[in-house]
Amino acid sequence: MLKMTGIGKSFQGVRVLSGVDLEAAAGEVHAVVGENGAGKSTLMKILAGVHSPDEGTIEIDGRPVTFGHPIEAQRSGVAIIHQEFNLLPERTVAQNVFLGREPGRWGLVDRAAMESATAELLHSLGEETFGPGDLVRRLSVAQQQVVEIAKALSLNARIVVMDEPTAALAEHEVGLLYALVRRLTARGITVLYISHRLREVFELADRITVLKDGSRVATEAAAGLDTAALVRLMVGRELDAHFPARAGGPPGEVVLSVRGGGNARLRDIDLEVRAGEIVGLAGLQGSGRTELAKALFGAEPFTTGEMRPRRPRSAREGIAAGIGLVTEDRKAEGLLLGQRVRDNALLVARATGGGRPAVEKLLERVRLSPPRPELEVRTLSGGNQQKVVLAKWMTVAPRVLLFDEPTRGVDVGAKAAIHDLMRELARDGTGILMISSELPELIGMSDRVIVLRDGRIAGELPAGATEEAVMHLAAAS
Amino acid sequence: MTGQPRLRPAPARLAALRPLPAGGPARAVYLALALLVVLGWVLFALRGEQFLTMENIVGIQQRSAALGIVAIGQTMVILAGSLDLSVAYLISLTSLVAAETMAGGDGMVVPAIAAVLAVSATVGLVNGLVVTGLRVHAFIATLGVGLIVAGLLDARYDGPAGSVPASFQHLGYDRIGPLPVSALLWAAVAAAAWFLLRRTRLGHRIYAVGGDAEVARLSGVRTGRVVVAAHVICSVCAGIGGLLLASRLGAGAPTVGTDGGYDLESIAAVVLGGTALAGGRGGVAGTVGGVLLLAVLDSVFNQLEIDSFAKDVVRGVVLVAALAIYARGRRTP
Ligand SMILES: Nc1ncnc2c1ncn2[C@@H]1O[C@H](COP(=O)(O)OP(=O)(O)OP(=O)(O)O)[C@@H](O)[C@H]1O
Ligand SMILES: [Mg+2]
Repeated sequence: MLKMTGIGKSFQGVRVLSGVDLEAAAGEVHAVVGENGAGKSTLMKILAGVHSPDEGTIEIDGRPVTFGHPIEAQRSGVAIIHQEFNLLPERTVAQNVFLGREPGRWGLVDRAAMESATAELLHSLGEETFGPGDLVRRLSVAQQQVVEIAKALSLNARIVVMDEPTAALAEHEVGLLYALVRRLTARGITVLYISHRLREVFELADRITVLKDGSRVATEAAAGLDTAALVRLMVGRELDAHFPARAGGPPGEVVLSVRGGGNARLRDIDLEVRAGEIVGLAGLQGSGRTELAKALFGAEPFTTGEMRPRRPRSAREGIAAGIGLVTEDRKAEGLLLGQRVRDNALLVARATGGGRPAVEKLLERVRLSPPRPELEVRTLSGGNQQKVVLAKWMTVAPRVLLFDEPTRGVDVGAKAAIHDLMRELARDGTGILMISSELPELIGMSDRVIVLRDGRIAGELPAGATEEAVMHLAAAS
Repeated sequence: MTGQPRLRPAPARLAALRPLPAGGPARAVYLALALLVVLGWVLFALRGEQFLTMENIVGIQQRSAALGIVAIGQTMVILAGSLDLSVAYLISLTSLVAAETMAGGDGMVVPAIAAVLAVSATVGLVNGLVVTGLRVHAFIATLGVGLIVAGLLDARYDGPAGSVPASFQHLGYDRIGPLPVSALLWAAVAAAAWFLLRRTRLGHRIYAVGGDAEVARLSGVRTGRVVVAAHVICSVCAGIGGLLLASRLGAGAPTVGTDGGYDLESIAAVVLGGTALAGGRGGVAGTVGGVLLLAVLDSVFNQLEIDSFAKDVVRGVVLVAALAIYARGRRTP
């Protein structure tokens, strides 16, 4: 069905892929895994006609193809859900889904047909919270992901590439994606699946291809591998599967507290974070987790309630009060994509006059790869961009750090590094509040878990709570 | 999305907090227009004068028509994420092409119109190709093309040239009932542009490319062609503007476009109408409102006999204030 042979690609003289082979049969789920920067997205972009390969050939159904433009790949039956969002915020859902392929004749757009086809797609995805006429700008990240999926499905493609499709989905939404993937493969469609969540990879994949530093390390049947073996292939060494040990000792003084905090999205928030502890924040998509983080930070401030050390009315005040926020949407809120790694890492330090921290050291500590501060952030792989955001906040050593999905899109090795880092920060006396949609991570890292529901605190669970207990609190009506 | 409980998406609630009326900037500019008319009316009533007499209105429409048509074209390129600074020079050029081809003869009207359309489409094509093919920023590309045109005009003309027949002057001066023909032409161009943006593939893609060229490309849009098409449309609109001015002047003139300040003024009207200078957001309705607002403002000044210095100051203030208001409206997510 699909056969990529000897694919090679360099960007500005830097080799990113060399001699990569990839073969997938009709109806197969073929996972592609590897560390951040291994070249997964680049390989998929070559298949989708976004980049043209320097070497190598692509065959679909035995016929060689070359794509000079994404439209040509689409016409050959390749659809891709990119790792980064590819939607126009100012256009409607239907306009986005059919962008570039608007139905109609004589150059006219048949709006009714477009909207009803979109409605049908959304329905088949079980989506009822928004419709074809809604502006994408008004949708949540998870809803936007659904639009991306609908867009890919609307192509009626025979090869569907999903580059980290679950990165923006909550746990319970992932199940729906599984069902969708199975429906696709039942129709003989080939799915290429990229994810750093190995649980998903084993759940879905028939075969797994491992990339490392731009080369293929192995292609194996999923049944013949286990997590440890796969991690060894990806990282090249054994990796401790456990979360770093908790500090153990009693938590320190209160570094952040809110009484009766509220705004348009939140109500009656009572919360305390102590020095040296990691507080997990759980909740469904839309429960107000991100809003709470932004309120504590001051970006979308509380309008009522008391907060200590003070209630920030802007991000700048939040930073001045010693609070840092690692945002969920790094593209829109976390990074200046056109600027160098160094300038991004120094952004907060410069804005607050925080001296001249040793950037190289910090980048090493977050394990940026390649560790080159002069690169433009735009050219880094998704996971490495996340590490730059982390480095940015570590330059100013805030007393409280709020992490919103800190390991989204980060590879297993780096994830462990970030976990270690968070523990280390806590040990040094930082109070940490962490949002994660990955429950094992949330439970494994947190000293206690606060669960949000509909903008209020639904309850609190001690360390070691079960996933069921968290879900129960998050979803109970 | 699943059988499990899901919360209502919040955005619907946030929408209520937006300080602008639901229609956004396009609605706001008409609100401002209405306000200005009422204000003017009250002001002049207090002075015992009449504001917006029939004559007044016809005058406003006639004066707006040329700028209005050019601004419609400008809307297209700006929505596509580009810009056209060559329109003023192109207006001068096409006024001359029209007047010289007609040379006072009735028989040459149709060929002259064809020649103007061909010349302007060619200039648009060049603009578009320089922007997309050579990847020169639109600001510089269209300024450069405009200067080339200006140079050619300077070399050949030092004053008005050619003449249009009386039959062609109907375009600039006649009315059908209260409506000047030129205003009807403007309305027709605006309606065509509205239809193109709303109902055609090209229109949808103009919004897409202006909104995010990379997203459009990854979605399979051939972005270059879209930008070129927008430039051709813009230049053709400028050509129509040139025809209209030739009809009113009775001749072509090498500086009629630049004297009228059609380049910056058309851009001002577009952004006043709420179209984002960065592209991808806005539309024709706002631009029409923007042009009318500028014209009514002008006629208030004229009637008050304010000197042109103060006029420019007020227009500048209005422009900046409008954009500040639109920016406020967009800050909430
Ligand atoms: N447009 C570009 N210009 C320069 N370098 C690039 C560009 N795109 C990607 N790279 C580089 O190519 C390498 C591979 O990137 P790619 O995005 O394919 O990694 P990935 O395996 O998808 O990683 P992740 O898991 O973090 O998404 C990285 O080192 C990245 O910096
Ligand atoms: Mg990637």
